[in-house]
Amino acid sequence: MTVHALSHWDLMAAGLLIILLGATSIWLELGLQRQLFVAALRTAGQLLLVGFVLSALFATTNPLWVVLVGTLMLLIAAREVVHRQTSRLAYKPTFATAFVALLLSCASVLVLTLLVFIGNQPWYAPRYAIPIFGMLLGNAMTGVALALNTLMQNVLTRTREIEQRLMLGESRQLAVVDIQRASIRNAMIPTINAMATAGVVSLPGMMTGQILAGTPPLEAVKYQILIMFTITASTGFAIMLALRVSTRALFDERQRLRMDRLHRDART
Amino acid sequence: MQLRLNDLGVAGLAAVTLSVEPGECVSIEGPSGSGKTSLLRAVADLDPHGGEIYLNGDACSAMPGPDWRRRVALLPAEVVWWRDTAREHFKDPAALPTAALQLDAAVLEQPVGELSTGQRQRLALLRLVQHEPAVLLLDEPTAALDEANTARVEAFVQAYREQHAAPVVWISHDREQLCRVASRHYALNDGALEPLSGRPGP
Repeated sequence: MTVHALSHWDLMAAGLLIILLGATSIWLELGLQRQLFVAALRTAGQLLLVGFVLSALFATTNPLWVVLVGTLMLLIAAREVVHRQTSRLAYKPTFATAFVALLLSCASVLVLTLLVFIGNQPWYAPRYAIPIFGMLLGNAMTGVALALNTLMQNVLTRTREIEQRLMLGESRQLAVVDIQRASIRNAMIPTINAMATAGVVSLPGMMTGQILAGTPPLEAVKYQILIMFTITASTGFAIMLALRVSTRALFDERQRLRMDRLHRDART
Repeated sequence: MQLRLNDLGVAGLAAVTLSVEPGECVSIEGPSGSGKTSLLRAVADLDPHGGEIYLNGDACSAMPGPDWRRRVALLPAEVVWWRDTAREHFKDPAALPTAALQLDAAVLEQPVGELSTGQRQRLALLRLVQHEPAVLLLDEPTAALDEANTARVEAFVQAYREQHAAPVVWISHDREQLCRVASRHYALNDGALEPLSGRPGP
């Protein structure tokens, strides 16, 4: 069973839908058309590019290429975490924190998944490694961005509470533990909801893709369960790591809260 | 216990050198914004500072921050409660000397937001001493209290100071109170801590 191949004409016909939507936007003066066309062009361009990269990548079995592409993905994900910070203040090493947390969490879950759970040969085959790493990374990235945002907003609004607890002799860890917990819970909600509603409200994209490509539904479902478990685990651990590291960065070696180390506008 | 500030450097203030002897209470007055609170925060090692602070010869920098702050306890002018009821802020709520500060034990169970400012201020004092700190740094500890409760807080601090031989630094705008509670008086003027001879004059 192979997927029914799409021709260029098929894609262009689907593109007509976007043009139709854009025309409607012009007609109704919604002002959406420009963004819409740019985004549609980006989607087509970026995905075609990725298609070429993946084709080239899948043709090799050199693990160095996998590591290189994986590192690039990590860098982009860490940068995205920085860009998603909406808090007025952010602590300086957001990028490094996100990078380290995503690397440790997603890379170890990926290796475990490939070596133990899937067990394909060779285990670093890019056809498995890259898409799975992308799924882990994408979700963990959203989680880490949410967690750091919640942490920073809470540190800003609850500065006096943290300082009061420090005054009473609590350690930095204890003084922010409530805020950390709130941040973890907030950041894990999307992932937990995705597990809770999988298959009921929405058919997960990977599973749908596999089914379209001809995989028997039960096989596709098994992969989806595996992926959801690994996504949840890597997201959760990445969040905890990022919160640990970032919390430390808020305090100095005397365990004082150093708001002066935060800087305005996270988007630098 | 003796508290000694040795060339303590605080932003906006000239270096402060000051010794507070065991069981002694020292008062500091000064206009708003003169740096009284900054000084106490530095002594509690909540803000970066220059110089050194010693507690019976033990240097602040030689022990972890939380250890120092448990020994050198700061009561800020505005206290914060982070749990719903006061009880949850105490290690051993049953053993609190609530009566000494004219507090009904029932206030421990009420939502903190429903307590009066005066009740919260007295509870904050109890919370401050629950781990038996060696030094008390008090920033306007009776600002929200009536005369009777002010007297109770003053007596409470005096008893603690005598019982634990604890140095106390007391900040207030109320000169009469400072004369009652402290035996040595200082004022912060233009960024310098200066001794006031005898009674702080009006």
